[in-house]
Amino acid sequence: MRRFLLISVPYLWLLTLFLIPFVIVFKIALSDAALAIPPYMPTMKDGLSAMFSQLDFENFIFLTEDDLYWKAYLSSLEIAFISTFLTLLLGYPIAYAMARAPHEWRATLMMLIILPFWTSFLIRVYAWVGILSTEGLLNRFLFWIGAISEPLMILNTSTAVYIGIVYTYIPFMILPIYAALERLDASLIEAAEDLGCSRVKAFWLITIPLSKGGIIAGCFLVFIPALGEFVIPSLLGGSGTLMIGKVLFEEFFSNRDWPVASAVAVILLIILIIPIILFQRNEQRQQEAEG
Amino acid sequence: MVETVFEPWADPNADPLISFKNVTKRFGDFVAIDDLTLDIFEREFFALLGPSGCGKTTMMRILAGFENPTLGSMSLSGHDIAGIPPNKRAVNMMFQSYALFPHLSVWENIAFGLRRDGVAKDVLHARVQEMLKLTRLEKFGRRKPHQISGGQRQRVALARSLAKAPKLLLLDEPLGALDKKLRQETQFELMDIQEQTGTTFVIVTHDQEEAMTVASRVAVMDEGRIIQVATPEKIYEAPNSVYVADFIGDVNILTGPVRAVDADTYSLDFGGTEPMTAASDRTFSEGVTAHLAIRPEKIGIHVERPEGPNSVQGKVLDIAYLGNLSTYHVQLPNGQIIKAQTANTRRVSRRVFTWEDPVWVSWSATAGVLLDC
Repeated sequence: MRRFLLISVPYLWLLTLFLIPFVIVFKIALSDAALAIPPYMPTMKDGLSAMFSQLDFENFIFLTEDDLYWKAYLSSLEIAFISTFLTLLLGYPIAYAMARAPHEWRATLMMLIILPFWTSFLIRVYAWVGILSTEGLLNRFLFWIGAISEPLMILNTSTAVYIGIVYTYIPFMILPIYAALERLDASLIEAAEDLGCSRVKAFWLITIPLSKGGIIAGCFLVFIPALGEFVIPSLLGGSGTLMIGKVLFEEFFSNRDWPVASAVAVILLIILIIPIILFQRNEQRQQEAEG
Repeated sequence: MVETVFEPWADPNADPLISFKNVTKRFGDFVAIDDLTLDIFEREFFALLGPSGCGKTTMMRILAGFENPTLGSMSLSGHDIAGIPPNKRAVNMMFQSYALFPHLSVWENIAFGLRRDGVAKDVLHARVQEMLKLTRLEKFGRRKPHQISGGQRQRVALARSLAKAPKLLLLDEPLGALDKKLRQETQFELMDIQEQTGTTFVIVTHDQEEAMTVASRVAVMDEGRIIQVATPEKIYEAPNSVYVADFIGDVNILTGPVRAVDADTYSLDFGGTEPMTAASDRTFSEGVTAHLAIRPEKIGIHVERPEGPNSVQGKVLDIAYLGNLSTYHVQLPNGQIIKAQTANTRRVSRRVFTWEDPVWVSWSATAGVLLDC
């Protein structure tokens, strides 16, 4: 009995905070928009049987008809892919340098990576507006050193979105890679060199494969939140940057079309579940290999 | 049939495989290797023996190419190899931690070095198979390193380092991680493999028994210098200093001024009732302080005063029963303790001496070595 209680706690948590809200969202997605409070129908007021019999997949069909939506999904995937790749490109050398740094420095370096989390995410993204805008710090600095004569237009472009995503999520890339590299026995590299590898070759054949788990974990940790990102594209990106998070927000608050917004959210969730499952499987395999 | 004894170091015309000339290695202020000159010959099983921090590992890393000497020169088969990186040397190393690649199978680990050389596929397969057979690992080729035992991992590491048929194989404390029984078996296995492959082995160890068992020659090191290089018998029977005598095995040291009796015999007054006589190849000037080193098993223990020159009376202070042997600690009248070892040919219950018994210890004039430092 006590065992049952203990196991039921996480399931109860998932049920009330994940499954029930999802069922509600899914139900709204199957409803029709209406000028009412709440702004959809049918509701409980129409009676239980009427509420279920009037549900349909109209909104999902609508999503496939208007190319705004699938373009937004594709564009989100593209931005998430590219920014994950950029984060890896920048994060791996940082993690590598940290793992190779003298022991007494490592805690400090780790602290520096985690330090930005002490400030609100929203404030940090706003700070980028101040840096990247036409009159911003970056342009003034470049102007001052004489590198440019015309201000660079970075804010409200995709470049600004990439900068924002890479900046925000790079700690999630660095930390798992660092953890993998720190465990790496330095004598493995020496053994590879001893057996005829150059330094570069030893890096490709030993260091990269042995940090693969960290790379995969880092990529998922960046890719998953970047895909549904809303704050960064809405603050830093312009009208040209199409991301599903932004579309969802507009559908919900500007159009007040809750059913369509819910349908968008359900599809987004389905897209996200695939990488989350893959991530879980990677973690599991990692643990099995070590055990 | 006359069998030729393997001792190229005694042949002045033999070319050494490895030659260190006045090699010094400093790390900042710390001198790890101090003006070291040494020749190692082909097919030798050479042991570097010393306490931790004596510079033996640094020397091995210099040989492998992971460190470069600060001063001096070193050559491999007559070619200067200072500054050549480890991947360009015909030298392979077996690491103390084994350093097996955890993401590769046993088979892939052994093939790793051959693949880097771009060996043809069939040659590579044959060579890996040969190595697996040599180390009795045929059944484990597909396993990952974490799926095999410690002893098997040790053999994989050996197979991997031998696969490229190096001119010189370096072994850094190769048996350190194994338990005693397995270690003894593996020592003989190592010797067999060394003989079969004809590779020159240089082994680093702090275990004197291991060095004595496997090596054709042993170099005893201390504080970056080599104290003595000789065959295990010579190191044991004729150490050149008190340090070596004390480091290898058990020893009694009697210290005092010496006086010449005749051409190669001296008498040493260690503060006992009468001076001891000892034969020596070395010459000592009159009255100089010398040390007589005698191994416990060369000292006899008797109830009655025996015939012969060197006999001292004392009493049994302690008996260490080792099963096949017993070591008696005998206290002399001047307070010094002499260790004497006898084989237990009788059962313990029938032992002649026991604690506090007055006994005589004695040794012949040629039993010990007279040393000046």
